[in-house]
Amino acid sequence: MRVLVCVKRVPAPGSRINISPDQLNVDTAHLGFTTSPHEECALEEAAQIIEQHGGTVTVLTAGPTEAEEQLRYAASVGGTDFVLIPNNSGGDWDPERTANAITQAINKLEAEDGQFDLIMFGNESADAGGFQVGVRVAVALDRPIVNGIKGIEINDRVFTARREVDTGVEVYQLEAPAVLGVREGINLPRYPTMKGRLASKKAEIAIAPIEVHAGGQNKVRLHRPEERVTETNVLGESAAAAARVVDLLDELGVL
Amino acid sequence: MMGEILVFVEHDQGQLSPSAGEALTAARELGERLSQKTAAVLVGQAAEGLGTMCAEYGVQLAYCLTSPVLSDYGPETWGQAIVELANQCSPSVILSVGTDRGNEVLAQVAARLGAPFAANSTVVQRGDAWEITRVQWGGSLLEDIVVDSELLIASYNHHSIEPAFFPGDNEIEVRTVGVELDPTLGRTVIRDRVTLTEGVTLSTASVVVSGGRGVGSADGFAQLEELADLLGGRVGCSRAVTNNGWRSHADQVGQTGTRIAPEIYIACGISGAIQHWVGAMASKNILAINTDREANMVTKAGYAVIADLHEVIPAVIEEVKRRRS
Ligand SMILES: Cc1cc2nc3c(=O)[nH]c(=O)nc-3n(C[C@H](O)[C@H](O)[C@H](O)COP(=O)(O)OP(=O)(O)OC[C@H]3O[C@@H](n4cnc5c(N)ncnc54)[C@H](O)[C@@H]3O)c2cc1C
Ligand SMILES: Nc1ncnc2c1ncn2[C@@H]1O[C@H](COP(=O)(O)O)[C@@H](O)[C@H]1O
Repeated sequence: MRVLVCVKRVPAPGSRINISPDQLNVDTAHLGFTTSPHEECALEEAAQIIEQHGGTVTVLTAGPTEAEEQLRYAASVGGTDFVLIPNNSGGDWDPERTANAITQAINKLEAEDGQFDLIMFGNESADAGGFQVGVRVAVALDRPIVNGIKGIEINDRVFTARREVDTGVEVYQLEAPAVLGVREGINLPRYPTMKGRLASKKAEIAIAPIEVHAGGQNKVRLHRPEERVTETNVLGESAAAAARVVDLLDELGVL
Repeated sequence: MMGEILVFVEHDQGQLSPSAGEALTAARELGERLSQKTAAVLVGQAAEGLGTMCAEYGVQLAYCLTSPVLSDYGPETWGQAIVELANQCSPSVILSVGTDRGNEVLAQVAARLGAPFAANSTVVQRGDAWEITRVQWGGSLLEDIVVDSELLIASYNHHSIEPAFFPGDNEIEVRTVGVELDPTLGRTVIRDRVTLTEGVTLSTASVVVSGGRGVGSADGFAQLEELADLLGGRVGCSRAVTNNGWRSHADQVGQTGTRIAPEIYIACGISGAIQHWVGAMASKNILAINTDREANMVTKAGYAVIADLHEVIPAVIEEVKRRRS
């Protein structure tokens, strides 16, 4: 099985997100970076798939040179091949442009080493949350895609994919070559092992520069939604506060 | 500017979705502001009877798209059906609500038309170009964008529009439009469903007792379970907890977990990272139990107890039992 996973490097802010002076990006001066959570799960799923069925997991990202860090992390948790599409513009590309670049990279990789049986995306990127890059790539490649997947079974060349909805579960069946958008919760991503860390050091990262035009969505500025200012009523500083907690539950009618 | 506003009205096998009112209200309001006609888009024969419900929101025209390929829901068939309609009527706007299906279908439409798509918008305005405000980081941040396209494809952020019936005796014309669809697009149609009958869920519970890293272990959640049971509520948790394997992801509150809106959210040993907060902020009341007075969860909560949760929760459980007996 030849699997491709598209991951994005995103900042990991703590209690609030600060905005850069030019208002175009998150101020990352004091922040660490991580892989967007849904995609971490997509990668884990891909790693499990090749453990069961054999094959390779190519991990692809479009981002700054520093996104190598996320590809190396991917190498420590099951990725086998790594491709970076450089975008050193200092900010994100718009979704059309990102999708276009990823599509071109996939076309190149497939021309060299054969078709991917499964291409995986996150349900949405943690920062931009555009809900579209995976769909755009799938449409450009004329492959089936379903988003929001929380369960995958493989039988021969058919992927049975499950999506949770309010009333239960929807079941889809996609024949390879297929594309799936995955949600956090589909699995519990592993932590890197000693052996994984070694693999991460040794991983070779292919740089795939791609020329793409901007799409039709232009960022003007970022801003924070209005924050609710709350006066915190401290009910106590020990277990003795229990009585006041239960008074509160009573007042709210939930006792 | 020519063309009408098309609004994708979600249904499941002919059952109108709870988000439909939001979609129709938003579309009618935008139509009034832009002096344009608004038309509901109902996909599939099963939706034909939903016109009257659309009328209640003041929308006077509905297109019901039919084809043998449009049986059950499928992102590709539904997306392409809307593309076929758009090719016939040249709309100025295609709208939906940013639910799973709303975003998935419009992403398909946008990809197939080669047009931009603004998901989860909170403001849609037409100046010299389309000026949109949309949600990033699951609601922790907003982004103003300009969309460089005659046709605007956008979804409204779920729960940001208050559905409103339109007063008066509303008439609607339902036009059935047969669309030609390539049967191979049926490859992503739903094949099967599993119906779950669950009682109170995390997203509907009136009390959520949630634990974070401060709970310390999977076993530590027994106290939270007991309190939640006593109050007829549900247990939630932070991502630190799911990552440690202490609870299933189904319990996770936050950006990549569940959005909750209980009467009271009891957050125990949770620091209140922004990604957790966006999932909890719709709670009507918040009680934080934390050893750290400065924790974000504490400073944002209406009520707090500054103490060890493993001492406070058993005492609360005792007190609840005492008052009830
Ligand atoms: C893209 C992205 C998406 C994310 N999505 C989510 C999400 O959906 N949901 C989510 O929850 N997180 C999410 N996170 C993770 C988030 O950033 C935090 O890491 C996480 O919420 C921290 O969990 P916590 O509060 O339990 O742990 P910590 O931040 O470690 O906080 C533990 C708290 O417990 C208190 N404490 C310790 N011991 C006790 C005690 N005995 N009694 C009382 N209090 C005690 C401490 O004072 C502290 O405040 C996401 C992160 C990223 C980057
Ligand atoms: N810069 C990127 N590099 C690689 N994959 C990406 C990038 N941006 C988005 N994706 C993928 O596309 C999915 C959807 O992104 P979005 O449309 O931004 O919500 C993400 O979950 C990723 O899997």
